[in-house]
Amino acid sequence: MRVTFTVNGRPQEADDVWEGESLLYVLRERMGLPGSKNACEQGECGSCTVRLDGVPVCSCLVAAGQCQDREIVTVEGLAEHAKARTCGTGACGSAKGTGLDEAQQWQARPTDESVELSPIQQAFIDAGAVQCGFCTPGLLVAADELLERNAEPTDADIREALSGNLCRCTGYEKILDAVRLAAVRQEA
Amino acid sequence: MGTTGIPTRITQGTPTKGGIGESTLRPDGTLKVTGEFAYASDLWHEDMLWGFTLRSPYAHAEIVSIDISQALAQPGVYAVLTYEDLPTDVKHYGLEIQDTPVLAHGRVRHHGEPVALVAADHPETARRAGAKIRVEYAELPVVTDEASATAPGAPILHEGRDDHHAGHVPHPNIVHRQPIVRGDAEAAARRADVIVTGEYEVGIQDQAFLGPESGLAVPAEDGGVDLYIATQWLHADQRQIAPVLGLPEDKVRMTLSGVGGAFGGREDLSMQIHACLLALRTGKPVKMVYNRFESFFGHVHRHPAKLWYEHGATRDGKLTHMKCRIVLDGGAYASSSPAVVGNASSLSVGPYVIEDVDIEAIALYTNNPPCGAMRGFGAVQACFAYEAQMDKVAAELGMDPVEFRQLNAMTQGTLLPTGQAVDAPAPVAELLRRVKAMPMPPEQQWLSAGGTPPRSAGGTPTRPEAGGETADVRALPGGLSNTTHGEGVVRGVGYAVGIKNVGFSEGFDDYSTARVRLEVIAGEPVATVHTAMAEVGQGGVTVHAQIARTELGVTQVTINPADTQVGSAGSTSASRQTYVTGGAVRHSCEAVREKVLERGRAKFGTYHPAWATAELLLEGGKVVTDGGEVLADLVDVLGEEAIDLELEWRHRPTEPFDLRTGQGFGHVQYSFAAHRAVVEVDTELGLVKVIELACAQDVGKALNPLSVVGQIQGGTTQGLGLAVMEEILVDPVTAKVRNPSFTDYLIPTILDTPPIPVDVLELADDHAPYGLRGVGEAPTLSSTPAVVAAIRAATGLALKRVPVRPEHITGT
Repeated sequence: MRVTFTVNGRPQEADDVWEGESLLYVLRERMGLPGSKNACEQGECGSCTVRLDGVPVCSCLVAAGQCQDREIVTVEGLAEHAKARTCGTGACGSAKGTGLDEAQQWQARPTDESVELSPIQQAFIDAGAVQCGFCTPGLLVAADELLERNAEPTDADIREALSGNLCRCTGYEKILDAVRLAAVRQEA
Repeated sequence: MGTTGIPTRITQGTPTKGGIGESTLRPDGTLKVTGEFAYASDLWHEDMLWGFTLRSPYAHAEIVSIDISQALAQPGVYAVLTYEDLPTDVKHYGLEIQDTPVLAHGRVRHHGEPVALVAADHPETARRAGAKIRVEYAELPVVTDEASATAPGAPILHEGRDDHHAGHVPHPNIVHRQPIVRGDAEAAARRADVIVTGEYEVGIQDQAFLGPESGLAVPAEDGGVDLYIATQWLHADQRQIAPVLGLPEDKVRMTLSGVGGAFGGREDLSMQIHACLLALRTGKPVKMVYNRFESFFGHVHRHPAKLWYEHGATRDGKLTHMKCRIVLDGGAYASSSPAVVGNASSLSVGPYVIEDVDIEAIALYTNNPPCGAMRGFGAVQACFAYEAQMDKVAAELGMDPVEFRQLNAMTQGTLLPTGQAVDAPAPVAELLRRVKAMPMPPEQQWLSAGGTPPRSAGGTPTRPEAGGETADVRALPGGLSNTTHGEGVVRGVGYAVGIKNVGFSEGFDDYSTARVRLEVIAGEPVATVHTAMAEVGQGGVTVHAQIARTELGVTQVTINPADTQVGSAGSTSASRQTYVTGGAVRHSCEAVREKVLERGRAKFGTYHPAWATAELLLEGGKVVTDGGEVLADLVDVLGEEAIDLELEWRHRPTEPFDLRTGQGFGHVQYSFAAHRAVVEVDTELGLVKVIELACAQDVGKALNPLSVVGQIQGGTTQGLGLAVMEEILVDPVTAKVRNPSFTDYLIPTILDTPPIPVDVLELADDHAPYGLRGVGEAPTLSSTPAVVAAIRAATGLALKRVPVRPEHITGT
């Protein structure tokens, strides 16, 4: 079957999708967007977290066909998504919680020091919250969504919001540091 | 804004700009936060096929027949391979003992053993074709523990063993046995005023790295294969893969792909040979990616263990002797079981002075899941038992458990049971002092919500001043399940300390290789570091660049991808890479620096006498004297010609332990950590909330303090998991794995993990580069017994096994 949806602000089509394929598989293997990760494919680890019409979901548990005519944000589009939100042109805080219309300019680009990162991405690097990095994309999408709806989260709020994302390397301390740091920078 | 983080203290440190001692940020950080970092499971190749592994549904069975015809007939299927298709006489592999079949032949020895392979154009096509392979099994009786493995008439797991341990083991189902005898434990026991015995058990822990086993094998025109892979040791993989494929090693070209964690679980091969076989058979690139279910079968686990201990002490608190017997279950294949036995036996006494010991450790062959390397192997199991014993002896003597440990703590110069002196600082008592001195988390805040006052550890109910705030159930045992508002909740505090060896021990030639190139690019001196070190998340790539900056005085350092085009770096395990490959990078940088100075003397020596007389350094892109005088720009000394050297580096040699007495200079270095755990236990439901898990560790020298703390916190959390959550459950009758998923195998979430304040001590080990100590494993040791000690303190229960489950607390 064919699935037509919007990914990181850009209309996309996926052809020859088998009905059993997950959104995660289509993103990774058909869209060339492997940033969303495949740590468990059982909905337990959160490494595949994306925004589906603004709501954080485990993309491994969403059938690709369910995404017809819907809007997806992945870690690859997070910087643009956050930028659209802060510049006030997006649907920041709306029911959809996204600025997808404003994120049309997103495209894949080579990584160098000039890469523009969202505040939460930069905070993860600065705080030492990245080790192996496999949990990082899912955590970033979840943490960004938290900061979108709660600019001043308490530690208990952060722990609750990220409780669906497993990390095996860090012991979570530096991840908490990163979210606190991003919140402070967002305020400033 | 929420509460701020608990500050992390670094006791010493000499920061330089981007050099060692500074918390330089990861060079791969940007790629990892944008989703562009290419993990092994992200790889893609035009026309690639997907591999699938058919695995045994039984733990022990004869394979009567295999029929692949239906599978092969499926549209989209390119190949189906069984044992019969293996191309050479080499059909087994293994890290130390080549006892693991590439594909099962006539018999499977554990649940999930690989039996057949499929390559197809879609992963689901491959899976469905695999389901059409008809395998007829005849079940065999299983052996699952020491009693069944060594019983008269027990099935022998590996007939006709000819490995180098076969000659000295008392039974063919015992992989390796290491006794250690020192002094006279029997005589010393007669001096003891108290004797305390205990039996302990450790369940099977899984590494649970998040990036699944995966890789891409691409057949090459020269008949060889290029393998892009997530592993811990490229060259050990290459050495095991090539003979099975019938290729010389240089035609199995390995490149490290992004590795999503390892923790020991990637030390053994998983899909490497399988993907290469399928690629060479089909002539197409083949990608294999395990899902989580398969990952639980696709790698070895931490050895479960049963441990019997006896300690004696005099009334004044001095330990007299220790006897122990440690039985590790290695499962169906050897993996690194011999080394696990070596660690468990040689470190069984812990970081204490006990002159009279009688020790035995063995590893079994059984039909349980194969076990091998996991963070802290051998030492983790022993630490749980000896630290429980320390609390028990202290209680028997009526002493404070921390003071009792400090009274018996080893120091520099103490002899291990192997007769080897600990010849570097061993600040065991100091680490305990530091971790005890850290501020305690606030008392039970939730009481203000009106919960029933608990018994304190001493048994007396206390009710603090009533506060205005409502309890946040998220801070209580059971958390968001809302199972208590404080009623039945009791707090306890526990301590533990441990000792871990760093590097490969027992005579292993534990070397690494580094290629360092220094050249002028666009008018700037640039260093390039090339090693085969597997970056698995620990941050070795960060540290290598820091070392190059410090040694060569440059700003720009490029880290080349790890591959087999450069010599072996050894394994990313045993807390060894910063020591050994870091040491190799420093060594190669020093040699490059000598070449620079030679070239400088030849070019400019006549202009300044200091070239001949002074100690010269490279700093800030210049050649300077130790007095700081600038002699030349590095750019001018180098000119057009690069300096490029690849050199091996070794730490001091070790020797095997004597097979009868266990004596020998077996270890390179030791790493020490201590923990204090504060827990709250809902005694009615048996739920445990770890409130805080403080750690003090000596790291010798923190090359990157941010990364060091990250290692300590991560290791601590894995220890917490073993204490109260993590266990692979194996059916005792069928030896089948019952919980191969993250739904049923629980690793700590951010809600289960408490604040982990860390106090880093830096006492240099003069034998090691920069005085550093391997960091990664020590925090995994003492975390587990500290948490369990705290639960014991809260509940008064004996708690002899980990993980502690609710029913162990409620007695139901």
